[in-house]
Amino acid sequence: MRVLGIETSCDETGVAVYDSRAGLLAHAVHSQVSLHAAFGGVVPELASRDHVRKLLPLLKTVMSQARTEAADLDGVAYTAGPGLIGALLVGAATARSLAWAWDMPAVAVHHMEGHLLAPMLEPEPPEFPFVALLVSGGHTQLVSVAGLGNYQLLGESLDDAAGEAFDKTAKLLGLAYPGGPALAALARAGDPHRFRFPRPMTNRPGLDFSFSGLKTFAINTLRTAGDDDQTRADIAIAFELAVVDTLVLKCRRALQQTGLNRLIIAGGVGANARLRAELDALGARQAARVHYPRPELCTDNGAMIAFAGCQRLLAGEREPAVFRAAPRWSMEELAALG
Amino acid sequence: MNLLAVDTSTEACSCALWMEGACREIFELAPRRHGELLLGMVESLLADAEMSRGALDVLAFGRGPGSFTGVRIATGMVQGIAFALDIPVAPVSSLQALAQGVSRELQRDSVLAGFDARMQEVYWGVYRKAPEGVTEPLLAESVCPPASAPVPQDGEWFGAGSAWSSYRDTLVDAVGDRLAGVDAERYPHAQDVAVIGAVAASQGRVVTADEALPIYLRDTVTRGKASGNP
Repeated sequence: MRVLGIETSCDETGVAVYDSRAGLLAHAVHSQVSLHAAFGGVVPELASRDHVRKLLPLLKTVMSQARTEAADLDGVAYTAGPGLIGALLVGAATARSLAWAWDMPAVAVHHMEGHLLAPMLEPEPPEFPFVALLVSGGHTQLVSVAGLGNYQLLGESLDDAAGEAFDKTAKLLGLAYPGGPALAALARAGDPHRFRFPRPMTNRPGLDFSFSGLKTFAINTLRTAGDDDQTRADIAIAFELAVVDTLVLKCRRALQQTGLNRLIIAGGVGANARLRAELDALGARQAARVHYPRPELCTDNGAMIAFAGCQRLLAGEREPAVFRAAPRWSMEELAALG
Repeated sequence: MNLLAVDTSTEACSCALWMEGACREIFELAPRRHGELLLGMVESLLADAEMSRGALDVLAFGRGPGSFTGVRIATGMVQGIAFALDIPVAPVSSLQALAQGVSRELQRDSVLAGFDARMQEVYWGVYRKAPEGVTEPLLAESVCPPASAPVPQDGEWFGAGSAWSSYRDTLVDAVGDRLAGVDAERYPHAQDVAVIGAVAASQGRVVTADEALPIYLRDTVTRGKASGNP
């Protein structure tokens, strides 16, 4: 089965063609980062306007790279949520109408299911069941995955997502939006022993997260400790260590609580080198396999949507002829497959 | 020529199938339900006409101005269908379609068409129908405060669209005793998009799927705060 995947839930336009036998045939992402940089965050209306301009040209390119004509396709998958409603609607209207006009099935994919299944696109895909840490600018969740579509939320952020905390703290340190990766680079010059930031919500049981307090801690530290380059680097590493330690500790608890021995990481923060190194170390200590998608599939992309959609289409799922867009949508509402 | 037209630029959602002048339309006032209704409306029109989707020759859509999200729903749909079927698209002003509807139903051929654009402004257009043919713009459409909406110096004019309910007093004052009547409860209809689109298509004024884009008129959309992070 060959499926076209379309992702427009936030500030990346993603398109891909996935084939259940041949694998990922082509994928491309148009990032809007530069469009939103001047505003220090995603402006929803600008995001929607850009998707509607960029989607079809990107789709043409990807279909050509995949040497795929409409007649070769068996279905169309699109991100139906969660995300920005206006951005989602662009992808939904275009993707669902393409499928309708091609007279082929369509499927509305949950964005986080896409992320969660992204490691399946790698040469050694994880087997079910596993624990998934979904960690991006929009989400921080721990999910127990029994099988395709069978998800139980173990814990999530009660306020800022981890990636959001990275970006906001980076902004405080004078780094350009989105500052997460720049903060990680600055942290390399920092002294890890000068400041110690709290590890939020680790001194009590449970798998929920809270990262907004770290930003406040960074503001106060910057105010009291001075504003020189070295202090900024020292704050960067103290912040990064606090986030990484917290994520690792909650992953350890999640593995213990579920008794599972496989952990997958997905979402943009999954590209953070320190997080990867610490989770690898955790895996070694706990005799658990740790799986990541390649960095380009950690961030939002069409490949994960094409893959997740393909699994659902193979299981016989079909969407009616409506443009489905659900800005809020719990992964636990998804139907289990097989 | 078989033409499919759609308009979702306001609270109204409508589709029309135009076949060499014969036109059937489905129209519903359906705030926030356009995405749920559109393809079903199209399927129903095609079924009634016993026509397959592959028999469509050209698409027309209300390309704005109007609700940003609404206009993008029609745009996304038209882009998808036009690309899949490899057929051209005639973009039509939703204000012009509103004026065309006034001419069709009320036999008023000089129309000041306006939508409430929020932020104390209106989307505004001035249209006149030639004895033969469709309504045509006399001035470039614009977004402006209601008090500065351009009104021609002479002739009688009919007011239509939501601008006439939100800013009734200001607009009535501006036109004075040359105001022939007002229908503020009037919305653009796909059948009028179809008629204007058919003329455009017959004159070769069409675009490809990826050139079918919204016209917003308002480009200052960043006054508000960014939505946090991606």
